[in-house]
Amino acid sequence: MSIGKVLANRSFCVGLIVTSLIALVALLSFVWTPYPVGAFDIAGKLKPPSAAHWLGTDHFGRDILSMIMVGSRNSIAVASVSVAIGAGIGVPLGLWGAATGGFVDEVLMRFNDLVFAFPALLSAVMITAVFGPGAINAIIAIGIFNIPVFARVARAAALSLWSREFVIAAGAIGKSPARITRDHILPNLASLLIVQATIQFSLGILAEAGLSYVGLGSQPPMPSWGRMLFEAQTMIGLAPHMALFPGLAIVITVLGLNLLGDGLRDVLDPRFQ
Amino acid sequence: MKSWKLAVACVAISLVMSSASYAAKTDLVLGIVLEPPHLDPTAGAAAAIDEIVYANIFEGLTRIGPKGNVLPALAESWTQSDDGKVYTFKLHKDVKFHDGTAFDADDVKFSLDRARGDKSTNAQKGLFSAIDTVNVVDPLTVKVALKQPSGDFLYNMGWGDAVIVAPESAGTNKDKPVGTGPFKFDSWAKGSQIVITKNADYWGKPALLDKATFRVIPDPAAATAALLAGDVQAFPVFPSYETISQFQADPRFKVVIGTTEGETVLGMNNKKPPFDNPKVRQAITHAIDRKSLIDGAMFGFGTPIGSFFPPHHPAYIDLTAETAYDPELAKKLMAEAGHPDGFKTTLKLPPPTYARRGGEIIAAELREIGIEAEIIPVEWAQWLDQVFKNKDYDMTIVSHTEPNDLNIFSRDDYYFNYDSPAFKDLIKQIDATSDGAERTGLYQQAQKLLAKDVPAAFLFQLPKTGIWDAKIEGLWENGPIQANDLTSVKWLD
Repeated sequence: MSIGKVLANRSFCVGLIVTSLIALVALLSFVWTPYPVGAFDIAGKLKPPSAAHWLGTDHFGRDILSMIMVGSRNSIAVASVSVAIGAGIGVPLGLWGAATGGFVDEVLMRFNDLVFAFPALLSAVMITAVFGPGAINAIIAIGIFNIPVFARVARAAALSLWSREFVIAAGAIGKSPARITRDHILPNLASLLIVQATIQFSLGILAEAGLSYVGLGSQPPMPSWGRMLFEAQTMIGLAPHMALFPGLAIVITVLGLNLLGDGLRDVLDPRFQ
Repeated sequence: MKSWKLAVACVAISLVMSSASYAAKTDLVLGIVLEPPHLDPTAGAAAAIDEIVYANIFEGLTRIGPKGNVLPALAESWTQSDDGKVYTFKLHKDVKFHDGTAFDADDVKFSLDRARGDKSTNAQKGLFSAIDTVNVVDPLTVKVALKQPSGDFLYNMGWGDAVIVAPESAGTNKDKPVGTGPFKFDSWAKGSQIVITKNADYWGKPALLDKATFRVIPDPAAATAALLAGDVQAFPVFPSYETISQFQADPRFKVVIGTTEGETVLGMNNKKPPFDNPKVRQAITHAIDRKSLIDGAMFGFGTPIGSFFPPHHPAYIDLTAETAYDPELAKKLMAEAGHPDGFKTTLKLPPPTYARRGGEIIAAELREIGIEAEIIPVEWAQWLDQVFKNKDYDMTIVSHTEPNDLNIFSRDDYYFNYDSPAFKDLIKQIDATSDGAERTGLYQQAQKLLAKDVPAAFLFQLPKTGIWDAKIEGLWENGPIQANDLTSVKWLD
């Protein structure tokens, strides 16, 4: 696969650029934001975008650009850790099920179905309601509901690989199922899992925004896109920019990640070539 | 052709229908933020109970009028003995409870004895503490003897907690309230609305509305939408301060900003270090800028207070200067208290906007003097359990909306854990004084003592932000007591 072919995939390129920009903004926010993020200026509240405040100020007079920049950190952290939890637990479970089959497989998949049967966001609300709101609990809640997604993708793809000749051949020369999984199954699944991780990442960002919107995500003073939207909702008549910019931040990030995921699938998945 | 005729018919019908609605309406939908846990005002502290039943369904011997004055209610008149210790109430005749049973002096004795009895679940038992005996003279006369003269007695009898209930229905008032008022309970769809209808057999001036619906709308954004859409026609305590200006500019609505008895405070746990040190509490009060708090959290609605007393009360003195915003002084006090680098603590916030938004501002201001206050949002049930009952908190923000509640700082087992013999003594003197000028002097001493000791940081007086249809008349402008008295509310044509 040549670099030229990869770059010819437009959705991959656009997605990559958008995603990298957001990652850069998040990194930049560690060293620089236009204003300190905890700086209240009640007298200068609800100001529309201007040269001093590029995206305007919120109901406490805080700079919205600074809050979105720092908020991106929060979104990315929650989404990436929850994807890591989902993949870290889900993929081994799926591979184990595919490798052993029979009763173990059956139990694993029914357990998956059980977790899957609850709408993810609703269950996340339940978990944070029990253990209290906060970024950590949001991560755990979203992470748990990534597990069955990864387990299913890994198992389905692994099952089809197990009937392929090169895998049967590896079995014939005496390799154990665990080694076959490591040496032959997992490398052939990697592209699929990367695509899935990208998609789950964007869903994670949405879920985090949803949880903070209902007050169960990270707590003030840590800015969060979802909570910014919540705070904006009663001010929409007074200061529409307060809802517009965090909303746009979520849309652009999720769109960028989805484009990247689509592009990656086109580029990596042999079935699409 | 046929469809054309149909269209004409439709227009004609709709014209007839709409002209019918030109007659003054007799039903009203009011928005309320909190749903009451039940509807018995003699068995619960929740303001939401009184906001529905007070003066509408239940009445007491006296009642509190729109200006906070004491008016006769079930007691037509009363006399006081010369030593001030015996009140003789003359009751209205021909008064009936909603279930048809007659009201007489026995019901008064029953209600007062029940409220102050050992098994009483009354949330304000203190209101009845002055009563020694209640005696029925004849069916329309009751003599109440007090242990000592009490300046507040008639006022206390006007509280929602002191309403008169019948022995037949006292046990079931929580779900099916039966009172003597101009409205009777109709239905309660839990989580949605409570309906009351006009009591045709009312003893006094009948209500002008036929039906009133209290709709529960906890979300400020939904409250705004419901008012704009006409789903609710009145919001006596509107929760979304930022949209008030929008309603002020709209001729369809009347916006009435009145006063309430809601002293909003930053409560501190006075027995828990480091808040047991008065210097720390003083530092915190000096770190808070009341103006930015009112502008930021309340969009300018609210009056700063420097002590625990409502600004519209004649005995009020402005003590905000005593604890003015002064971060340098606050830092100095922190250093004197042995916390030059500040400390970590928590701030538990109940759901109302004033608390959640105010809490963010206060937490940011406290960071300036080194105090890292972690914000913990809690629901009302958790707040009542953790903060109010079990005193498991460091700091909290809440508005005390009961009238005449200066004495909460003298209570032994109250959540502030403030224990000042000097203050308790002042409250005792106030209780025993009926002379106006003398009371004013004592009230002012008490205010000054609180402003010096700062058992809590006194923030602002909660406004009553009423918004209703411009054609509605008779709703209260101020909130001297937790009530939505609908007895004289009507629609103008």
